[in-house]
Amino acid sequence: MSSITKTDILIIGAGPVGLFAVFELGLLDLKCHLIDILDRPGGQCAELYPEKPIYDIPAWPSISAQGLVDKLMQQIEPFGPAFTFNRMVSGVEKLGDGSFRVTTDESEVFEAKAIVIAAGGGSFQPKRPPIPGIEEYEGKSVFYSVRRMEDFRGHDLLIVGGGDSALDWTLNLQPLARRLTLVHRRAEFRASPDSVNRMFALHEKEQIGFQMGQVTGLKGENGELRAAMVKGPHGDVEIPCTRMLPFFGLTMKLGPIADWGLNRHENLLPVDTEKFQTSEPGIFAVGDINWYPGKLKLILSGFHEVALMAQAAKRYISPGERIVFQYTTSSTSLQKKLGVAG
Amino acid sequence: MTKITYIAFDGTPFEVDAENGSTVMENAIKKGVPGIEAECGGACACATCHVYVDEEWTGVVGEPEPMEEDMLDFAFDVRPNSRLSCQIKVRDELDGLVVRVPERQG
Repeated sequence: MSSITKTDILIIGAGPVGLFAVFELGLLDLKCHLIDILDRPGGQCAELYPEKPIYDIPAWPSISAQGLVDKLMQQIEPFGPAFTFNRMVSGVEKLGDGSFRVTTDESEVFEAKAIVIAAGGGSFQPKRPPIPGIEEYEGKSVFYSVRRMEDFRGHDLLIVGGGDSALDWTLNLQPLARRLTLVHRRAEFRASPDSVNRMFALHEKEQIGFQMGQVTGLKGENGELRAAMVKGPHGDVEIPCTRMLPFFGLTMKLGPIADWGLNRHENLLPVDTEKFQTSEPGIFAVGDINWYPGKLKLILSGFHEVALMAQAAKRYISPGERIVFQYTTSSTSLQKKLGVAG
Repeated sequence: MTKITYIAFDGTPFEVDAENGSTVMENAIKKGVPGIEAECGGACACATCHVYVDEEWTGVVGEPEPMEEDMLDFAFDVRPNSRLSCQIKVRDELDGLVVRVPERQG
């Protein structure tokens, strides 16, 4: 087993609510480690709509989603949270002393005294293009990411999409592939202009193929792809290929947390409104992922939830300890933790 | 009020009286039209409120902006009359608009 990372609180999800949980838990002297599937903090705010203004954050008449994330990062800095990005949690195990052992999809192991699930709409995962029967090819000849470029050497490769991922992999895999065809719905691309120009240059030299259209069907046997049917502007075309890489953006799924044995309300985790605790003592859920009567999916509500949850988590970890309620405006001990004591 | 008709994939029609300035997506969600998901809540960031504008209405409704075109890349079975309903603002000229819900969202 690889080395174990120990922390007080493991927070799953580094969106705005997960980030603010660091603050509230930090005031109670609990150290946090956050895990997120994305490569940076901010969750949906950073991934889906970084430039959109948000109008219902108290005292901010208007703040961009990325701006909010930046401010939260600044606000929790005194507590020195640790981050692990590009990872999805997989398993959880409750240990004899009431603490938890959590593993990730890359087999890292964390031990925490309590868990806070702040996973929003779920973890971001590649969107599966709606092609009938694609499931039987997934993991064998259809892949949503490139782990090892060598795996694609010598293949007839079909890359689908018009964004940066599609274009970057077109440029990077072209030298390795036996033949590479890019399929996109239209002649305009969302990718950086430089990548688009380089792709068109390769196309002009006939080093790659480009087909406008949408993939409607796959042909092959036992998960091994032989060709893709593409509906183009001039009818259906069959493109021979042995590997396909669709890049259709990301969608959100609850993921392995669904198998943790926690009570669920559809894809949400029911909690009480005193502790925001799930059906498993010591596992809390805050923000968009939880459900209780009257729940509103607002960042504002998530902030409130973490303040109460932090008290409950502290009591779970240190049952006998008296928690003194204090204000950041007047408490020198809180101000010391924030690094602002005079 | 502007009348909008949504036709679900199974053919069931849903009629709403929409307020001008609201979006075609918002009214679908309020009415509970099946098949309109609007995962991102109207930020033009997800392509799960994809609809087909009835051919008679495409001229009035207009073309998508470049940002919406980019998002449509992620939608399923995109056609020339595809739009993201969160990007269509209700206005007087759209009275009687008919949109169809695709088989599935992305």
